[in-house]
Amino acid sequence: MAAEHKPRLSKNLLRMKFMQRGLDSETKKQLEEEEKKIIREEHWHLDLPDLQEKESFIIEEQSFLLCEDLLYGRMSFRGFNPEVEKLMLQMNSKNNAKETEDEALELDVSDEEMARRYETLVGTIGKKFAKKRDRANLEEDENGNLKTTNAKKVFLKPQE
Amino acid sequence: MAEAATLAAESLAGGKARAARTVLGQVVLPGEELLLPEQEDAEGPGGAGGRPLRLSPGVRSRVRVVCGPGLRRCGDRLLVTKCGRLRHKEPSGGGGGVYWVDSQQKRYVPVKGDHVIGIVTAKSGDIFKVDVGGSEPASLSYLAFEGATKRNRPNVQVGDLIYGQFVVANKDMEPEMVCIDSCGRANGMGVIGQDGLLFKVTLGLIRKLLAPDCEIIQEVGKLYPLEIVFGMNGRIWVKAKTIQQTLILANILEACEHMTTDQRKQIFARLADT
Repeated sequence: MAAEHKPRLSKNLLRMKFMQRGLDSETKKQLEEEEKKIIREEHWHLDLPDLQEKESFIIEEQSFLLCEDLLYGRMSFRGFNPEVEKLMLQMNSKNNAKETEDEALELDVSDEEMARRYETLVGTIGKKFAKKRDRANLEEDENGNLKTTNAKKVFLKPQE
Repeated sequence: MAEAATLAAESLAGGKARAARTVLGQVVLPGEELLLPEQEDAEGPGGAGGRPLRLSPGVRSRVRVVCGPGLRRCGDRLLVTKCGRLRHKEPSGGGGGVYWVDSQQKRYVPVKGDHVIGIVTAKSGDIFKVDVGGSEPASLSYLAFEGATKRNRPNVQVGDLIYGQFVVANKDMEPEMVCIDSCGRANGMGVIGQDGLLFKVTLGLIRKLLAPDCEIIQEVGKLYPLEIVFGMNGRIWVKAKTIQQTLILANILEACEHMTTDQRKQIFARLADT
């Protein structure tokens, strides 16, 4: 009789942090679920069907700028305001002559020329990172290019 | 024009959506529904009948289409909200290009990114109130000028003209202007200089004048040394050497909306003589 009526701890007590150490995993899970349910019930939510936002293939855009390639709104003619005239060229060329500008930029320095220029730089920069001892080994030849002399230092017997 | 209008009205009465491709350059009316090219072929003869077909995703590959001013997206449908001619621009890259309605109107509705001319109406603490011709004055922070800091305030007085750009403009919020670009440079924005004359024209005329191949502006530029500022809100500010020249320019610009090319050429020839 007494065994059947084993005193049970209340749920609220079991939920406390220090009581959970001794619990087995089964009751722990049960408690957690109940707690989640309580939280869920306390949240407000509207009874609406889930909004299924499909990816739209129509993009709204209310600006005429995109549609009509309009010019920049400030203009000056025949040197009335040189500042604005400079600005006009700059702003309007941004739209039209972008491609031509890019081409011109590329033509400025060709890859070959670049490589030729950097050829001479390799030694100069190399010298910067070389140690003092190595630097002594570097010698400039007649072209100004640097050359390493690989002659190893050996003790030279003084002549008598 | 009148024929086109009756045609449009007829089709509207019929309640049938027309294909956008077939009405390019024609008059469309508010409330009308347009079908995009990939929607129309689904609606072949005996297809979906009178009802426009709602596209189900994944049926066929679709391209992105931009609907500009005067058009509105409603789910998968494309609706017309303004009266005017339907225009289309071919895409530079991929996609379906841009559709928009070329309409005549005088009332300006702020649009993000537009360059406009505003009049400072009030200075209150950190912001200026700027009248741009919209339903509500726009706000302009004193920090939104080139080189402005908390200590170094820009010299802006009530009544000054401001050339600026909208950064916030939607139907629910107060529009907000700035006078710098994303890099913090003025790029011509800010207070417009002294003197000059400000007048209002229709929004359509502004777009016509700002078109890249506009002859009117080129001809005007040959007439006198002058400076012009165009605001997308229908305001034009002109300044020339003398008041007389300024007035002549303002009158020409105002009148050229309803002139034929020949009439305009005549007037320019007459002015060039004097």
